[in-house]
Amino acid sequence: MKRFLLPLAVFVVLVGFLAAGLTLNPREVPSPLVGKPAPPFRLPQLHEQDKTFSPSDMAGRVWLLNVWASWCGGCKEEHPVLMRIAKAGDVPIYGMDYKDRRDEALTWLRRHGNPYPITAMDEAGRIGIDYGVYGVPETYVIDKQGVIRYKQIGPLDDEIVAKKVLPLVKELQSK
Amino acid sequence: MRWLAFVLVLVPGMTYAGEARPLAENPLAEARLKHLAVELRCLVCQNQTLADSNAPLAEDLRREVREMITKNLTDQEIIDFLVSRYGDFVLYRPPWKAATVLLWLGPFLLLGAGASALVVALRRRTRRPLDVPMTEAERRRVEQLLSQGGSRL
Amino acid sequence: MIPEIGHFALILAVCVAVVQGTLPLYGAAVGNSALMSVAKPAARGQFFLVLVAFCCLGYAFAAKDFSVLYVAATSNSKLPLHYRLAAIWGAHEGSLLLWTFILTLWMVAVTIFSKHLPEAMRARILGVMGLVSLGFLLFMLTVSNPFERLIPAAVDGRDLNPLLQDPGMVMHPPMLYMGYVGFSVAFAFAIAALLGGNLDAAWARWSRPWTTVAWCFLTVGIALGSGWAYYELGWGGWWFWDPVENASFMPWLAGTALIHSLAVTDKRGGFKVWTVLLAIMAFSLSLLGTFLVRSGVLTSVHAFATDPRRGLFILAFLAVVIGGSLLLYAWRAPRVGLGGGFDLVSRESMLLANNVLLIVAMGSVLLGTLYPLFLDALGLGKISVGPPYFDTVFVPLITPAVFLMGIGPIAQWKKASLPALAMQLRWAFSSSVVTAILLPFVLGKWTPLLSLGLLLAIWIVTTTVVNIRERVGHLVGNSLMSCLAALPRAYWGMVLAHCGIAIFIVGITMVKGFEVENDLRMNVGDTATIGGYTFRFEGAQEVSGPNYVAARGSFHVTKDGREVAEMHPEKRVYQVQNQTMTEAAIDTGLFRDLYVSLGEPIEGGAWSVRLYHKPFVDWIWGGCMIMALGGLLAVSDRRYRPAWRRERYEEAEALRSISKSVA
Repeated sequence: MKRFLLPLAVFVVLVGFLAAGLTLNPREVPSPLVGKPAPPFRLPQLHEQDKTFSPSDMAGRVWLLNVWASWCGGCKEEHPVLMRIAKAGDVPIYGMDYKDRRDEALTWLRRHGNPYPITAMDEAGRIGIDYGVYGVPETYVIDKQGVIRYKQIGPLDDEIVAKKVLPLVKELQSK
Repeated sequence: MRWLAFVLVLVPGMTYAGEARPLAENPLAEARLKHLAVELRCLVCQNQTLADSNAPLAEDLRREVREMITKNLTDQEIIDFLVSRYGDFVLYRPPWKAATVLLWLGPFLLLGAGASALVVALRRRTRRPLDVPMTEAERRRVEQLLSQGGSRL
Repeated sequence: MIPEIGHFALILAVCVAVVQGTLPLYGAAVGNSALMSVAKPAARGQFFLVLVAFCCLGYAFAAKDFSVLYVAATSNSKLPLHYRLAAIWGAHEGSLLLWTFILTLWMVAVTIFSKHLPEAMRARILGVMGLVSLGFLLFMLTVSNPFERLIPAAVDGRDLNPLLQDPGMVMHPPMLYMGYVGFSVAFAFAIAALLGGNLDAAWARWSRPWTTVAWCFLTVGIALGSGWAYYELGWGGWWFWDPVENASFMPWLAGTALIHSLAVTDKRGGFKVWTVLLAIMAFSLSLLGTFLVRSGVLTSVHAFATDPRRGLFILAFLAVVIGGSLLLYAWRAPRVGLGGGFDLVSRESMLLANNVLLIVAMGSVLLGTLYPLFLDALGLGKISVGPPYFDTVFVPLITPAVFLMGIGPIAQWKKASLPALAMQLRWAFSSSVVTAILLPFVLGKWTPLLSLGLLLAIWIVTTTVVNIRERVGHLVGNSLMSCLAALPRAYWGMVLAHCGIAIFIVGITMVKGFEVENDLRMNVGDTATIGGYTFRFEGAQEVSGPNYVAARGSFHVTKDGREVAEMHPEKRVYQVQNQTMTEAAIDTGLFRDLYVSLGEPIEGGAWSVRLYHKPFVDWIWGGCMIMALGGLLAVSDRRYRPAWRRERYEEAEALRSISKSVA
C-alpha cells in the first residue's frame, strides 16, 4: 500500500522546491570573495592621472568600493543613493570606473555629481575580473584589515543601505 | 594532392597567395582555449558557453584564459582562477564536492533502486499460482456469457 | 472590437469547460446517461469558441492592430504576413492560446474517434480534458490575457524576435504542443480508468493509438527545434541540455516508456498499474515543462519572459492536477490486479527493464536540470549543470536500453530461454562488435565512444534483420515479398522506428567523431580546404530584406576540381530591435553538411569566417523523422480501424455460433 504513495510524496517534495525557486533569482552569481582579502591592485586615478590608488592605501579604515561606468543604466539609478552616503559621511565610497573612457567618465561625474574622493580607472576590466565583477554596478564593503565583508550585486537602494550596509559598516568600524 | 596543400598551410610565408590564414595568432593555444571554453559558462548570458558567447565580459574572460594558456598554466590552474573569482557557477561540469555527491551519484543510485525494484517485482510475479484448467460447468457458464455478450465490443 | 470578441469567446469557453469538467464526471459516477452525453457537445463547443478566439488574435496580427498589447510586443508593420501570423505563438500569452487550441483539437478528435468506447469512459476522458482546459483558460484570463489592450495604441510594434523569424520556428511550437497536449489524452484515459475501476487490456488497446500519435508529434517537434538551432544559431550546435530542451525531452522519454508499456498491457494484460503511472508521469512532465519555461525558475535562452505571478498560478495548477492524479493513483491502484504472470527472462521482463532504464534516464535529466535550484533553495550555493554532466551520465544509462532493443523483440512472451536467445543473436553480436571495432580505423580515427556508437547502431540493424528472418521463417508463404507483406503494419512500424534510432545514433557518433571546424581570416580570393572541400571567398556585398539589412558573403565550393556549391552566409541587422543575426549558409548532403558562417569584417574587405565539415549530421534529424514515421505506420495497423473491428466482431460471432452447434 505504502509504495503507491511514493510518487505523490516525491511530487510534494518537488513542488516545495519549485515554490522556493519562485523566490530565488537564478541569474544572480554570489561572490566567493566575501570573507577573503580584497584582491590587490594599483590603478591610475581618474581625476589626477599621474597618481594611483590601491586598496592598501585604505588599510585601517572601513570603506566602500563602488564599481560603475558611464554607459551603465543601473549606475544612474543608484547614483543619488551614493551621493547621500557621501554626504552623510558615515563611510567613504571610492569608485572604480570599469571599462570606460576617461572623458566620458569625467563628463558623467560632472553631470550627476561625484561622491568619490578618488576614482580608480580600470579601462581593460582586468581588475574587475579579479573582483568577480560581471555586471555593473557592484559595491563591496571592505573592513579595516582589507577583507571583503559584503558584496552588493546590482544598484544599491536606500532600503539595502539602511538595513544591510550601514549596520555592517558600524559593526566593522567598532572592531 | 591533398598532402601538398597540407604542407603549404603548415609553412607560413611559403604558401602561395590566397590561402586563408587561421584567425587566431596561435592555433594551438586557441585549440586549448576552445577545449576549456566549452565547459565554462558565460556569466551574463542566458545559458551559453564562454566559447559561444559574444558578450563583452565573455570576450574579456576568453582573453584572460588565452593569456593564462600562453603562460603555460594547466587546465586545473585556469579553472581554479575563475572559480575563486566567480564561484562554481562558472563551471558547466559541476565539481565533485559534498554538495554535489547526490548529483553525480544520483543517476546510478536511481539505477540501482530501479533494478532492485524490477527484480523484486519479477520475483513476485513468478511466485503467482499457475493457470488452473477450466471445469465443464465453468465452460458452459462461459458459453452462456458469451452468447449474451452483445454490443460491448 | 475583434479582440474583444476573442476575449469574450474565451470567457464563454471557461463556462463550457466548467460544464464539461463536472457534469460528465458526475454522470459517469452515478450512471446518468443524460449528464454523460453532455461531454461531446461541450467539447465541440469549446473547440469552436477557442477557434474563434484564435482567429481573432490572428486577425489582430494580420491587420497590424497595435492597440492590442501582445501584437505591439511581438509584431511590426514591416514584418511579412506569414511571420505576423506565426507571431501568434511567438511569446507567452499567444503560445498559451495555441496550447489551449490544440487541446480542444484533441478533444474533438476524441469525440470523433471514440464510438467504440463505453459511454462512461468517454465521458470521463472528456471530463478530465475539460478540467485541464479550464485551468489553461483561467490562466489566460487572469494573468496572461493575449487580448489585453494598449491604450494609447503603439505607433508601431516591437517586432518579432529575429531568431523566431524563420520557418523552423514557425512549425516547432505547434508540433511540440501537439505532442505535449496529446499526452493529455493518455492521461485522461488513465484517470478515467482509475475512476471507473476498469483497468484492463481493452483500456490499453484504446489508449495506444492516441499515445503513439502524440509521441510521433513530440518526436517531430523536438527534432524541428534541434534542427532549427543548428541552422539558425550560427555555430552548428544542435543540443545543449538546456533546461527548456530537457523540459521537452523528459516527456519524450516517459512517452517512449509508455508506448512500450502499453504494448505489454494490451497484449498480455501485465504492468497495468505501472502503465497508468507512466501515463500520469508523461503528461505531468509536459505540465512541468510548461512551468519551467514560463516561471523564471531556471535560466534559458528559450524561456519566455517571466512573471512570478504566472509561475505561482502554473505551480498551483500543477499541484492540483498532478497531486490530484497521484492521490487518485495511490487510492485506486492497489485494487488493480497484477495481470498475466511471466518469467524472469521473457519479453515482458525485458520491456520492463527497458522501461526502468528510460525512466532512470529521465530521472537523471530531471535531477541535473533541477539540481542548481535544489542547492540554491537550501542555501548551499550556486552551481551550473551543463552538457559535460548530462553527456557523462546519459550515455551509460541509454546504452543498455539500446542493447535490450535488439533482444526484446526476439524474446518470447511469458517465457524465453537465455541460451536460445544467445544462439539466435550470436551472429548479430559478433558482427556488430567486429565491425564497430574495425570501422573507425578504416575511417581514420579510433576512440571508444566512436566504437560504442557504431556498435549500438549496427547492433540494432543486425538484430532487426535476425528478427525479420525469424518472423518470416514461421510463415508458410510463396515468395519472400508476400511473406514480408503479410507481417502486420504494427510490426513494420516497430522495425522502422528502431531503425530510425540506429540512424540517429550513427548521425551523432559520426558528427561528434569526425566534424572539423576552422576559424579563418579570409581576404577576397583566399581559399581554405577542410574535409576535402575547397572554399573560395568571393567577397561580401550589402543586401536588404523586408525588415533588415545584411552583409552577404559569397563562397565558391569545389571538391577535387568539381563544382559543389555556391554558398551565401549573411550577417543581418534587424533594425527595429537593433539585433544582429548570423545566418549561416549550409550545403546539405546525404553524407555531410558544409556549414559557413560569417564572423566580423576585418580591414581591407577581409572577414573572419568559420567553416565546418559535418559528416552525417542530417542523419540525426532524419533518424528522428523515421522514428516518427514508424510510429505512424504502427498506428495505421488494421487493428485500430473501426471497420476492421467490426469485421472481427462479426467473425467472433460466427465462431461462437459454430462452437455452439458443435457443443
